Amino acid sequence: MKFVDEFRDADKAHALAAKIAALCEPGRQYKLMEVCGGHTHTIYKHGLEDYLPESITLVHGPGCPVCVIPMGRVDDAMALASGPDVIMTSFGDMMRVPGSTGSFFDAKAAGTDIRMVYSPLDSLKIARNNPDKRVVFMAIGFETTAPSTAMTIMRAAAENLPNFSVFCNHVTIIPAIKAILDSPDLRLDGFIGPGHVSTVIGCRPYEFIARDYGKPVVTAGFEPLDILQSIYMLMLQLSEGRSEVENQYSRVVPWDGNVTALKVIGETMELRPYFEWRGLGFISHSALKVREKYARFDAELLFDVPGVRVADPKACQCGEVLKGVLKPWECKVFGTACTPETPIGTCMVSPEGACAAYYNFGRMNRRRVKEAVTIEVGRP
Amino acid sequence: MSPNQPGGPGAPGAPTRGAGPGEAQDISQPGAPRAGWVERALREHDEHHEQVPDREQQVLDRIARARRRRPRVREERITMSHGAGGKATATLIEAIFLDAFRNPLLEPLEDAASLTIGGTRIALTTDSYVVSPLFFPGGDIGELAINGTVNDLAVSGATPLYLSAGFILEEGFPVADLTRIAESMRAAAAAAGISVVTGDTKVVQRGKADGCYINTAGVGLLDRDVALGVANAQPGDAIVISGPIGDHGVTIMLARGELDIEADIQSDTAPLNGLVAGLLDAVPGVRAMRDATRGGVATILNEIAKSADVGVLVNEDDIPVRPAVRGAAELLGIDPMYVACEGRLVAVVAGDQADQALAALRTHPLGTQASIIGHVTDGPPGIVHLNTAFGGTRIVDLLVGDPLPRIC
Amino acid sequence: MCLGIPGEVIELLPDQPDLARVDVSGVRRVINIGLLADDLPVPGEWVLIHVGFALSKIDEAEAAAALQFLEGIGQAYADELEALAESRIE
Repeated sequence: MKFVDEFRDADKAHALAAKIAALCEPGRQYKLMEVCGGHTHTIYKHGLEDYLPESITLVHGPGCPVCVIPMGRVDDAMALASGPDVIMTSFGDMMRVPGSTGSFFDAKAAGTDIRMVYSPLDSLKIARNNPDKRVVFMAIGFETTAPSTAMTIMRAAAENLPNFSVFCNHVTIIPAIKAILDSPDLRLDGFIGPGHVSTVIGCRPYEFIARDYGKPVVTAGFEPLDILQSIYMLMLQLSEGRSEVENQYSRVVPWDGNVTALKVIGETMELRPYFEWRGLGFISHSALKVREKYARFDAELLFDVPGVRVADPKACQCGEVLKGVLKPWECKVFGTACTPETPIGTCMVSPEGACAAYYNFGRMNRRRVKEAVTIEVGRP
Repeated sequence: MSPNQPGGPGAPGAPTRGAGPGEAQDISQPGAPRAGWVERALREHDEHHEQVPDREQQVLDRIARARRRRPRVREERITMSHGAGGKATATLIEAIFLDAFRNPLLEPLEDAASLTIGGTRIALTTDSYVVSPLFFPGGDIGELAINGTVNDLAVSGATPLYLSAGFILEEGFPVADLTRIAESMRAAAAAAGISVVTGDTKVVQRGKADGCYINTAGVGLLDRDVALGVANAQPGDAIVISGPIGDHGVTIMLARGELDIEADIQSDTAPLNGLVAGLLDAVPGVRAMRDATRGGVATILNEIAKSADVGVLVNEDDIPVRPAVRGAAELLGIDPMYVACEGRLVAVVAGDQADQALAALRTHPLGTQASIIGHVTDGPPGIVHLNTAFGGTRIVDLLVGDPLPRIC
Repeated sequence: MCLGIPGEVIELLPDQPDLARVDVSGVRRVINIGLLADDLPVPGEWVLIHVGFALSKIDEAEAAAALQFLEGIGQAYADELEALAESRIE
């Protein structure tokens, strides 16, 4: 596969690993956060940590838009889905996220009409084909996915579809990163910057991280070599005392982002004054809602949404995992009461969640495994 | 106190939906809404009260213990996960069916049961076919129904002989389609060398049975002096697959037409008894065979690891996948290792006979792309490790449900 | 919300200016290219596909540059390994 296979080449990985190891100052520990859940997934799926020296720890960040949805909001979605004549449509990632009484999956088993879609446009198609039903699209995702929802809303408007609406849960990445930076219990050396969010917002929004907080940022692609190269670029910055924003994913990410995408988001959506993030609490101007101009496509206005806040289970430490304060296996209920089969928190149920990634791919004693995988490091 | 009081913080004019900071219910108080099912789950796992400063290995050990607990079905209703062939299916079978029917012949939970009747050893198996759509590139439900049961017998080391075929038809189902299915079954039976000797037909009301469901049961003669079973796997054994994975499952996903994806992929449904015979003739050291159906290769690897209490290590580079299947899987964000095949077998073979096994498979038209994908190890028991193409290592666990297309 | 796959644009749909057919390793799908309205892709160009939309064009030159860097590192590494193997300090 072009643009994929070349960036999964194991031989180049060894070279990069050697270079990264050579940049580590003896006795110093490095903590690099990958913000994006997709990066967390790649790291574990390809066993990328096997290429890193012990002194570099990867900390998993809150860039998993499913993981940050609070339970109450899931309950809202379930309430919407159970309305009369409603067809709820959702991405696969949302299907198993538990609310206080179960997930979409459970509701589907009990007879609620919930359908999985791959694209919001599929949802539109369902609306066209079912004029007597009210189709709701559960919109989730960061700025990566918001433009697609926006285009879909505009399409619905152009076609004057009377039976389509969006339950908007799009969140924005910068406030989350800022919350991490301002969090007292975390010390990070650098950021592996979000890849696909950056195709929309560009790299400029990250400049404050380098400028005001002195942390280097490298926007990274999603193949294992991309991430390894980004780590190399971060380590190079650190060793040279620089803190800048660099773009490793330049083949896809334009420095200025996608103007059209930003325009359609602006046309159809606006920032909510505040939004609750699981584990991070209320963050101002961190989420999108449908603009008044498109109110007829806003499920929150068309339907009665309970809007009840539900307490995160006390034992659930998703918040700390999302902030990178805890590693998945350090959560007290990880792997015992909380498993992919019986998830207590979203970090375990979303394929991008750090806990799910660790449980499904990384649940092994890496030191023992490392003995089996020989990494030849060149002369220091 | 309503959470929707107007005039919430920072929201001039616009209707305030949902509680905001500083107003509404204080969810830290005892009376606040909580998820009851979580409290129950926690009570079952009281280990979480330990405040031991854990090294990662202690956590892993604790998890391994938790995984070995007696399976229980927690859900009140059946969900699609229970039919996916992964964890939920396994739990359902063990907790409900094994529990109800428990007897030594059932316990091995192999693809077929080995029975001795009047001194003759036979294998008995059954499978139901509920595929949708009924007709797809490379085959149809009828062909699946014959091949699937033939294959379960074949991988048990039996010579498939006779099948039964039970039909559940939906009111309104076109007779022409039924004729087409029956004809497919005739052709498949002939190709496999078996006869359909008995059957049943039921009709249910419109809205049930999705057109047509078929159940086939099969009987075969265990005329070889082999005792196959995944519990026999030992460290050093090689794991061999007969061809590229994921063809069938991806074909079905695309054929459903919901994803608007076109590709030249077709189902790999095929009778494996010829391939198996060739393998068993050439290689005395075959420990076990499975046909890779729903749940995919990953499920079989886990069954081996769990049943024999051994480690399994496979190499991503050695697992054959057709480029188009890989492309579709990448597009959807699913892993071909969990996707169903219908004409592939996985064999566990004594390590020193791996090359012979490979050669034997490759001489057969259905095994031209056979590959040794890994080995049984004395690694952490019950766990499947994968050396990724990238050079790192990761785990391959059973999936909770169907591989749902991801967007992330 | 990250799954983006590179795909090659095969054809633009004549009656639907917003749509194009792409190919991913032999698998074909129609996607919406409306987000690239400022610089619509033409057949032969590659785009990043996410939930049925093209988010960005893939810049082949940048991709080549990235690969070249990696090759370079790889070559330097291979050279060093060779040097390591050839030198003996005994």
